[in-house]
Formats: sequence, C-alpha cells, structure tokens
Amino acid sequence: MLLIRCPYCEEERPELEFRHAGEAHIARSAEMSELSDDEFEKFLFIRQNPKGLIFERWRHVHGCGRFFNAARDTVSDKFHLTYKAGEPRPDITLMAPSGPSAWANRDPAELNVNTPDRDKGA
Amino acid sequence: MMTETFRIAGAGRLTPARTARFTFDGKAYAGLEGDTLASALLANGVHLVGRSFKYHRPRGVLSAGAEEPNALVGIHRDAARKTPNVRATVQELYDGLTAVSQNRWPSLAFDIGEANDLGSPLFSAGFYYKTFMWPKAAWDKVYEPFIRRAAGLGVAPDQPDPDHYSSLYAHCDVLVLGGGAAGIAAALAAAAGGARVILADEQAKFGGALRFETGAEIDGMGGWDWAQASLSKLKAMDNVRVLPRATAFGYYAQNLVGLVERVTDHLANPGKDLPRERLWQVRAGKVVIATGAIERHMVFADNDRPGIMLASAARTFLNQYGVAVGTNVGVYTATDSAYAAAIDLKKAGVTIAAIIDIRDDPKGAAIDEARGLGIEVLTGHAVTKTGGKLRVSSMAVAPKAGGATRVIPIDALLMSSGWTPSVHLFSQSRGKVAFDEATQRFLPGSYAQDCVSVGACNGTDTLQAVIEEAYAAGETAAKQPKGNRPTASTTENWAGGMLGTGPGAEPDTTVKAFVDFQNDVTAKDIRLAVREGMRSIEHVKRFTTNGMATDQGKTSNMHGLAIAAEVLGKPIPQVGLTTFRAPYTPVTFGAIVGHSRGSLFDPTRRTAMHGFAEGRGAVFEDVGQWKRAWYFPQAGEDMYQAVARESKTVRQSAGIFDASTLGKIEIVGPDAAAFMELLYTNPWAKLEPGRCRYGIMLREDGFIYDDGVVGRLADDRFHVTTTTGGAARVMNHMEDYLQTEFPHLQVYLTSISEQWAVIAVQGPRSRDIIAPLVEGIDISDAAMPHMSVREGTICGVPTRLFHMSFTGERGFEINVPADFGESVLEAVWAEAQKHGACLYGTETMHVLRAEKGYIIVGQETDGTVTPHDAGLDWAIGKKKKDFVGIRGLKRPDLVGTGRKQLVGLKTVDPNVVLEEGAQIVADPDQPIPMKMIGHVTSSYWSSNCGRSIALALVVDGREKMGQRLFVPMPDRVIEVEVTGTVFFDESGDRLNG
Amino acid sequence: MVDMTNVARRPIFAGRQTTAPNASVTVAPPASRLSLRAPAESVAGLSSVLGLDLPTQPKTSASSGSRHALWLGPDEWLVIDEAGADLAALIKPVAAFHSAVDVSHRNAAFVVSGKGAATAINAGCPQDLSLAAFPVGAASRTILHKVEIVLYRTGEDAFRVECWRSFADYAFTFLTEAARDA
Repeated sequence: MLLIRCPYCEEERPELEFRHAGEAHIARSAEMSELSDDEFEKFLFIRQNPKGLIFERWRHVHGCGRFFNAARDTVSDKFHLTYKAGEPRPDITLMAPSGPSAWANRDPAELNVNTPDRDKGA
Repeated sequence: MMTETFRIAGAGRLTPARTARFTFDGKAYAGLEGDTLASALLANGVHLVGRSFKYHRPRGVLSAGAEEPNALVGIHRDAARKTPNVRATVQELYDGLTAVSQNRWPSLAFDIGEANDLGSPLFSAGFYYKTFMWPKAAWDKVYEPFIRRAAGLGVAPDQPDPDHYSSLYAHCDVLVLGGGAAGIAAALAAAAGGARVILADEQAKFGGALRFETGAEIDGMGGWDWAQASLSKLKAMDNVRVLPRATAFGYYAQNLVGLVERVTDHLANPGKDLPRERLWQVRAGKVVIATGAIERHMVFADNDRPGIMLASAARTFLNQYGVAVGTNVGVYTATDSAYAAAIDLKKAGVTIAAIIDIRDDPKGAAIDEARGLGIEVLTGHAVTKTGGKLRVSSMAVAPKAGGATRVIPIDALLMSSGWTPSVHLFSQSRGKVAFDEATQRFLPGSYAQDCVSVGACNGTDTLQAVIEEAYAAGETAAKQPKGNRPTASTTENWAGGMLGTGPGAEPDTTVKAFVDFQNDVTAKDIRLAVREGMRSIEHVKRFTTNGMATDQGKTSNMHGLAIAAEVLGKPIPQVGLTTFRAPYTPVTFGAIVGHSRGSLFDPTRRTAMHGFAEGRGAVFEDVGQWKRAWYFPQAGEDMYQAVARESKTVRQSAGIFDASTLGKIEIVGPDAAAFMELLYTNPWAKLEPGRCRYGIMLREDGFIYDDGVVGRLADDRFHVTTTTGGAARVMNHMEDYLQTEFPHLQVYLTSISEQWAVIAVQGPRSRDIIAPLVEGIDISDAAMPHMSVREGTICGVPTRLFHMSFTGERGFEINVPADFGESVLEAVWAEAQKHGACLYGTETMHVLRAEKGYIIVGQETDGTVTPHDAGLDWAIGKKKKDFVGIRGLKRPDLVGTGRKQLVGLKTVDPNVVLEEGAQIVADPDQPIPMKMIGHVTSSYWSSNCGRSIALALVVDGREKMGQRLFVPMPDRVIEVEVTGTVFFDESGDRLNG
Repeated sequence: MVDMTNVARRPIFAGRQTTAPNASVTVAPPASRLSLRAPAESVAGLSSVLGLDLPTQPKTSASSGSRHALWLGPDEWLVIDEAGADLAALIKPVAAFHSAVDVSHRNAAFVVSGKGAATAINAGCPQDLSLAAFPVGAASRTILHKVEIVLYRTGEDAFRVECWRSFADYAFTFLTEAARDA
C-alpha cells in the first residue's frame, strides 16, 4: 500500500483513502460542441499510458474529497510530487529516471523499460 | 508412553520438570515445555518424520528453524483444525499436541510410493512436462489425479476454519526485523534514542544464533543471557513493542512490512477470545534488517537420510533444548563453524566419529580444539555416500585426491558448507544484491528504500563487528548517537565454505546428491536442465522446481546456482539469482483474510424501515450492498402470486414501497441551476421552485450514465435523486466536474441519501392515504400537481413530499428524516390499510414501471445506450450550448442508422414470458451462427395486462413496429411482435386519476 | 390528525454497546449534524453564528461546549451538536455563500474508549493514531476496514467514530471484534 501526499491535507495518507482518476491535464473545451471529430477523439479516447513518468489525477475520496494531480513513475510506482487541481503541470524534466522495478530486482534496462523522452516534455 | 532417551541432563535451557505429552502418527511421546515438535521428537530418538515430495524417500529433520524443507507435518487440533505442512522445527510443543506425517501410504516406515525412488531414472527433471503431454485427453482424468496423489505435501482441511484472525495497522520510527544479536543491539540503540521501535522475530524466544553459539560473550555476559536481559529492558520501555513469533513475510513500497504473528498455535488451550494469528501491516520510518544467515548443507550422494542435518541445527538442539541428535555423530564440513557443533556435542558426552573436512589444510582455534578433544579430523577428505534406510547408519569417506574408501558407522551426520546471508527482505524492498567474489555470496548492494541491513545478513562475520554495526544503525535510525555500545567477543568464525557438489557427485555421476530436499532436486537434475537448454537460472528453477514450494530454496538456491554456473562455464553473478518474492515463509489464508469473513466480508446495508418490512414477511433481495424488500408473500403465496396481487392492488387502490435506497444529493448555491444544466441533458434554468423534472445524466461519450427525478426546492437548492446503484459514482462524477472543470460555479454538493427515509405511496388512493397525515401542504392537484415537491410536515415530522410516479399511477414519495422513517411508515400503513392498499417490493416496482415503459438504468441501458436509443430525446434541452455528453452525442456512430433502439415486445402467445438477456433474430431459419439484432432487457408477467410484456433493444427497432421477430431458445423459437414501450394506460390519464 | 405520540424517533442501535478488557464501544446518543460547505471568505461569518472558530487546518477540529466543528476538507466541515441544537436555523441568517445541509439522521456515531481504543480502530484504519500524529482534537475522514468513517479523537483514549447509518451495523460489528483484540 502506497503513501500518497494529499496537497490539501498537507500530509501523506494511506493509499486506501484514495482513488485513481485517470490522466491529468486533459482540459475539457469550453466550446465543447464545436470540437471536430479529431479533436474530440483526442480529448475522449487518446491517452499516453507511458512506461515511466505520468501526470495523473487522484481523488482523496475517503479523506478531504479533493481531486488533485500527481507525477508518478509507472515503473517504480514512485510519486515524484502531488499538486492541487488547477495548478500548471510542473516542470520535472530533470527528474531521475526510473529506479529498479518494484519486484524484479533488475535494472530498468534489463526489464526493457524505455525511459520516457523527457526532452519532449512527455 | 515412550520416555525420552536423548535428553542430556544439564544441557539446554528447558525445565526438566515441565513435561508436555504429544503424539506423532498415533504414538504417544513426552517432551518438555519450550520444545519444538522437532526437538521433542529428536529427544525421543525419532528422526524419520516425513517422506520426500517426488521419490518418497525417508526424511528427517534438516534444520532447527524456518528454513526447514523436510520435517513438514500435519498438526491436528480437532476435526476442523488440521493444519498441513507445518514445519516441525517451528511448531512449539504444547501438552496434547497431535502431529501426523504426510505424503506416505500406508505408513511412514513402509511407503509404497518409495517405488518412485527405484524408478527415478524415469522421474528426472522436466519428467512431468515431457511424459504426460500425450494423449492430451488423459491429463485431466488419468495423469493429474495420479500425480497429485503420488506427489505432494499435506492435505488441506475439509471443514470451515473455526478460528478467527485479526489485523492491525501499526506505525513506528524504527522497525527491527530479526531478534538476534544484531537486531537486539539495533533496537537497544534506537529505543535509547527515544524512537518508537518495533522489534520482531519469528521465534518464540529472542536471541537468534545466540541460542547455540556457546562461546559468545556480550557486555561480560554469555550471549544468550545478554539477549534475555536486553529483551527485558526493551519490554519495559514505553516506546518499544516486542513481537515474538512474528514473521516478516513481505517488504513492500514505502517501508510497509507485512508480518504474521502466531498468537495461539503454541497454546494447549487457546480459548475462543484470542485470534489464531494477527496480521501486522507496519509502516516504518526506518527498517533495520537483521535477519541473519542460513547454513547450507553439503551436496553429496545420499545426503538426505534421516539423521543427516545442518551442524548449527544439531548445536541448537543440544544447547537450547538439551537434545543429542545421536550417540555416534559424524561431521562433514567445508567451514569452521561445524567444528563448534562437534566440540559442543563432544563436551556433552556424545561420541564424534570423525570430522570430515573437505578443505585441504584448515587452520585455526576450532580445528585445534577439536583435535585437542581427541576428535579424529580428516582434512582433504569427502563423504562420498551414506548408508542406512530409515536412519543414516554409515558414511563412506575417501580422500579427495583419490584413495581407499573408509566406511565409518554413525547414527547422525552434521554438515555445513557455509552460511547464506538472508537477503530476502532486503531484496523484496527493491534493493539490489551484489555478488561478493571473495566470500562467494550475495550481499545487500544498492538500497531502494530507507532501510539498512546489519549483522550476518549483511555479510558481517564477527560478533563484535555485528554489534558495532547494528548499534550504530540503531543510533542513526533514532537520530540520536548514544555511545556506550556493548562489547562482544567470540572465538567463532562463520566465514568461508563452498557452493555446489563435492567429490562423488561430479557431473558424470548418477548419484542422488540433493540440492533441494523439498522438491527432490538433485545436482544431476540441474545439470540436465542446463544440457536441455535452460540458460537463465529462472528457467532452471522452473524446469527443475529447485527453490520452489514452501521453503522457497532457503538452503538450496545457492548450491543450484553454483552447479548451473559451473555447467554453463559462467561466473555466478552472470547466471543470476532468482527473485525473492513474498511471502518469506508460507502465510495462512486466515491471516490474509483477517476480519473479512462472515458479516464483515462486505457491508450489508439496511434501510431505516427494514425492520418494518421484515416484520411483515418481506422476502429480501440483494441490490448491491443493500437488502431491499423484494415482495411480501401472504399465506400460501409464491413469488409470482404475490407480485401479481401486489401489482393489481397498486393500480386498483394503492401500494406502499420503501424507496430509501435511491441516491440523494442536495445541490446548493447561487449557481445550482447552472451546474444542473451542465450535468444533465435537460434544461433546468426555468424549472420553478416546487417543481420536479426527470433528469438524464450522460458521460462525456454521450451514453446514459444515470437518471432520476430532481426537485427544485428553491432558486439555489435542488434535491436530486439517483439510481440506487449509481449513488456513489454519480456523486463522484458530479464532484469531479465541479472541482476540476467548473470550479467557477458557486455551488456545493452534499450526499443526503441516508438522511432521508423514503416512503413511496402509489396508486389511485395515494392522496387519500396521506391526506390525514400531512400538515402545512396543500396536496390538491391544483396546488400540488404531478411532478412537484413541497416541504412541510407529516405526522409532525419534517418532510420533503414529492408528487411523482414510477408506476404510472398518482403517487407520492414521502421523505422524512431517517430515524423517523419507521414510525411514519407505520402511520401511513395504518391509513393505507383503510383503503385496501398493499405493501409491495422491488419486483412489483419493476413490473409496474415496465408496464409503463419506464427504463431502469443498468437494465435497459448498458453503457452503450444514448437517450435517442432509449426513446428519451425529449429529455435533451435542444437549445443548450453545453452539457456533459453534448459532443459525444454527435459522434458519427451515435447518430447513424443501425443503432439498437428500445421497443416493446409482445409474445404471440401471451402466456410465454421471455427470458431477460435472450437474443433476438429476424429469421429463425437462417444458418447458425445467426445474425443477432437485439436482446431482451426486461420481461415480466403483467397481471394488469393479462399477458407477458417485455422491453428490448433492437436494431432500428422503432422502424420495426408491428413486425414479427424471433427469440431462439434451446428448446424452441418464440415469436414476438415489436410494439411501443407503453403497455398500460397509453394515454397517461391515470397519473392524475 | 394522528396522535403524534405514535411517531417516535428510532435512532439506529440506540443503547448498543460492547465491552472488552481494553476497549469499549458505545452508541452515541442522537445529535444534530450539519454538513457545512463554504469558501474561505465565508468562514468568519459562519464561525460567529456557530460560536466557534471553524478550523482551517487539515485534520483539526474546534469545540465549544457540546458543539464541535470537524475539518473534513478545505471547504468542508462536519458540525456536530451533541445537545441537538437546530444548527441550520443558526446558520440561516448568514448571507455569505455557503451550503448548510442537515445530516443529523444520515450518520450514526460510536464512542470507542479505553487504553486499547486506538489499537481497536487501527485494526481497520490505516492512519497513524499515535498522539504525535493524531492528537486529541484531531479529526479526519478515513477508512475503517471496508467502510468510510469520520474519526474524531476526543481524548487520549477516546474517539468518536461517525459513519453513515446503513454502515453502522458493519462498523459496530467490526469495532466489537477489534476491541476484543485491542
């Protein structure tokens, strides 16, 4: 069970109090009905699902009830940081690459883990 | 009863007067309190305790601890409490203990399965995979049952577990895993620094290797005495919790460690109050891993006979339990530490036949002392095989360089090829082990979490160094340097040893030199695996099963790895190490399940009026976690009769229904209507306070997510209802949009699902029933028309009264504060009975709404149904610029033809009731597989219509009105006619009737 | 009109309790409760009519006599009045934006007390309940095994556990089992 820092409760709380809520920073258009099919497809269906750094939403559903954002490494499960909903995506391109995977006791390279392309600000 | 004959007076730490009786395979024995089952059996001269997994070879006790691969027994407390695969070396003796051997038939001494041993050329590694491949059909019926009977471990109990298990979340600053010299020193230092400390050990007594290491001295005390004195000190401190009998089985992310504490397995009369085991989930600031090392056996021919054991085990049995493991004992070693066992036994009066040391010229105090005691020491020699059947009786000894073999009679053989640091938990913490060339062992390398390894598990070999290192780690963990460290001394040295096979078990031999006792894996099997193409140690493991099963290769992994590396001609680290997975030792299902059984498996939710329904004979159905009254059978009625009566009564007079489980959300704020506009398809801005509207909620993809009646209580206040099943997710959905997409709106949401009990009164007499009870509300149609809401009182209790209907009849839903629900219902029911009304349940509710074609989200919809599909276009505000789902609805696939649409179905034979979920085809004579064009979503017998009715989703269904379609069933094809969705009172007049 | 004496309030589990050597669980008497939501700028006005300072720090509470305000979120409080005061009526005059919803009947409450109280709750609650991490007066929405609760520490060895009424049976049964092992 992970500990997740809730930016509203200002402390780490057990994962049981939280619920994952999908990828972050996908803004809903204020002109929703004007979106083209391509734009709507991108908004509704297309997700990054990266192996490595991801920006995602969580809700402290059994705590303060707030939705917030997190930068997490999907390989190591490490939360790099969490921040309030509405705040801009933090620049963490210089963050250390994934550590060894959770249970395999192997280097990421040995696990065929692709370090996300940080130059592109993925 | 057999009396003990191998207990040595004055040896060990048990009290001779405190005896405990036990039986093994029906035979009665006596042991002492504080014994393990293994030490008690050995005290009685019993070495044969089990049969091996594959070859059914006789096996004895190998170890004195958790690493035991052989001595697995069943412990039977009573008919329901039969625990298989218990390690006799871990099970503490209690008076009355009953143990049975496993994997043998008809008896332990004479086992028919032993024929597998003679046929062993057939049973080499990979044998099962290769032999039982063909014919495939034989696998289920012949091969698997045979293999399962012939090979295997204990038998699972066949009755529900009567014990209970508990669980606990705990937090501490410093968690120390392992209560040997290192763990105790670390705990002392951390505790002295004021840290919250938990010290856990898998044994009943703390002390670890100090149990047997007689030469150890710490702070001027014997090692064991220091351990006990230190423990007393720790236990007395408020900031320290000491957990004996607690195995740390898993190390998870962010310093979460799972431990199982065995609470009652050692008690003769556990009673009913104590849990059998307690699962600890400990979150630690810092973890000190002090898990020690495990001694390895020597790999040589026939190294598995009862009486052959690890040197440290024999020493533990002597020094802790006062038990001599034999009278004429041989020793085979590649390291100094086995000498200490020989010396201790010799001093206790046991004959040491000889020490066979594979090293050519070992030097040191231990060797000198052994020779000084007159023990014959043969260096540069090897044990090439052993004799004996149910107990070892001899060892064949030969010089490594070649020469005459000498057969030496023995009744026990101690062995040591060195010590393997227990890096299991370190590795589980995601730390990376590193191979130390000099000492040929894997040690903690880079750390991934805030933990530190100290002592033997860190490759620290001398006692003084262990104490220094551990105490310093404790100080660091508590961030309080205390100084004043204990000093320690010992003459012993655990370093050195060998990996792999010795003489007589080389690659060209066919002898059974066991690497893994539990899985009957020999050196030959591992070589075969490599020859057959396994290159990775992970493949070798799976091909041979080396390191699998309950002991997870604690004694075998390093030998197996070394043998594979030798054949592959690669250095050990290049062949790799198999992954250390949780659990470290087997964990019971009971411990994992913990409190989650019986009524605590899942919450059962009951409404405030549950008791009323129960008292009137309701049959309940499960709706998610809720218990809902399903129907109210009267004397002699079955469900269909009851539902038929209830349905008719509601339409003739009235019925009373508990609608409390519906989700309710109060939406408050100046932007409440704006928020409603965005979350629902309907327009809300112009809905007047006091009026209600049926609302539809979509997901962004355009599909129906939920529905319900919404009442506007004031300009800035809405009372929203949701489906029962949707209550929590709709609240989450609304909060999500409010917090993250529409945070500019001044509005708040509050769940009031359980604040209000809801009594639905439906039927032509509904107004007459409630009229005498309601105060402050004019319930005439003129003042309070259909689809309106008022606040007032009923029976003197505040109410939100809705004039609404889910039956097509005039109806009201009375919301009252939950604690008043039952009392108000009783009053309503008293009035209702005067009008011939009935109580009805969810089944009748379903029938009545289906007669009117009202959908149920989750029944008529399945996440792929749009409002248009469901015939609910009218509920979409055509002028609205935005709402959740507005763009999804315009997706090409959602507006094109060929979509499934909601229609009614009438069977041509009105007495046939369709099955819900049944598929619909246009032509019943087409070849299989048929083209399915829809399915039945709801189907009932309607007593009001005098026939069956059904709702269905059919491709372009609304264009098929009047057409005949077909529902193929296994035994017949049912012909149906496509109709509208309203079967009763199509004009809708009865709503105000 | 009907005879009003027939319409009694029937609080869930009234009077139920369980006692183990180190912890006891009793059902708290009915109280009035308000789910109060408000932005920061409305806090002062609401505090003054409630007669206590609505707490603005996470995991804290404020009390005045038998009235307690528990911080649940940055704009959310659970206000409990054990004396049963009409909280909604008190709040009504406040013009500043807020939402006050009566949830008196939505919740049931248990008092868990005794030297094993924290241990009993920790059987199902994953939070650190040491006095350093969860001092007297601390309050938090959290988990008790499989149900959601609001946990409020009223003393070193005493907690108030609030949950929705249909989960009260589960919470009480769980706490009874846990108290036995505390």
